Amino acid sequence: MSNKEWPLWEVFIRSKQGLSHKHAGSLRAADAEMAINNARDVYTRRSEGISIWVIESNKIVASDPDDADALFEPSNSKVYRHPTFYAVPDGVGHM
Amino acid sequence: MTKPKALFEYLIRHADDTLILGQRLSEWCGHGPILEEDIALTNIALDLIGQATELYEYAAQVENKGRTADDLAFLRLEREYKNVLLVEQKNGDFGKTIVRQFLFDNFQLLNYTQLLNSSDAQVAAIAEKSLKEVKYHLKHSSEWVIRLGDGTEESHQRIQESVDDLMRFVEELFFQNEVNELLQEDKLIGDCEEFKQQFHQNVNNVLTEATLTIPDIKYHQKGGRKGIHSEHMGFLLAEMQYMQRTYPGMQW
Repeated sequence: MSNKEWPLWEVFIRSKQGLSHKHAGSLRAADAEMAINNARDVYTRRSEGISIWVIESNKIVASDPDDADALFEPSNSKVYRHPTFYAVPDGVGHM
Repeated sequence: MTKPKALFEYLIRHADDTLILGQRLSEWCGHGPILEEDIALTNIALDLIGQATELYEYAAQVENKGRTADDLAFLRLEREYKNVLLVEQKNGDFGKTIVRQFLFDNFQLLNYTQLLNSSDAQVAAIAEKSLKEVKYHLKHSSEWVIRLGDGTEESHQRIQESVDDLMRFVEELFFQNEVNELLQEDKLIGDCEEFKQQFHQNVNNVLTEATLTIPDIKYHQKGGRKGIHSEHMGFLLAEMQYMQRTYPGMQW
């Protein structure tokens, strides 16, 4: 019997039309179809979704935590990028 | 035999099929080969027990003797269960559970599809709801048959043994007697001979894709539809009925 582990997959679920897919978690599966089936069983059994994306975890390219300062710090001092200087009219609902 | 009696008998057969297979599958709870598959098998078990509930509820209503769905499920004797022998067979290894499921799913898919045209609105409604579940069950079991059959040397050999072992129970899925004839007169159900060829074609297509050999069955095992069960049935019922027998009327 082989003890080789199946690859890890990341699961994204869209909860309803119009919303975007959100990361739900990860699981192991031997192939893409099994990953979809497993995701359906593990992450949508309480009617959480209407669409599933899966992608092998090693296909995801992530930013390096060591680069966080260079990547994210500079925007902290640029408050003018937030639209907080505008008065929102009362008639506008959720902004 | 009167028509209500025939309908009761027909509903009981299929309710028993789904309940007993659901009970078998639930034995995998906590023992699945991987966590995801553990959840998949128990999800399917719950779907089947849900189908059984609807069939028993309608059967109890048709019988009209004050028995409830729970009475029918938990308080009958072995000889009164009319499920096919296939569903009471032991789980064996994961591959054997999959082959048993695969054969049953194929039958359910075609049977429920035919029942969509039932002249009885309740039967047609149960078929329509169940069909969505069965389509997924069949997708799940078919993919596994192919994966294991066309997998490693060991997985191929083991699932082939399960196919060789379980194919002799297939013929009983197509059991028909005067119950069916009576109900067919009113178009309550269809003739399952009509989709038997389709069944074998569908099964053979997947087995062939899985590089498995289709065994030539000389002797078909039958008996469940008449209440004559294999030795495994008593043990299954003992476990399933224990709680209601020990604490009658217990609820939780």
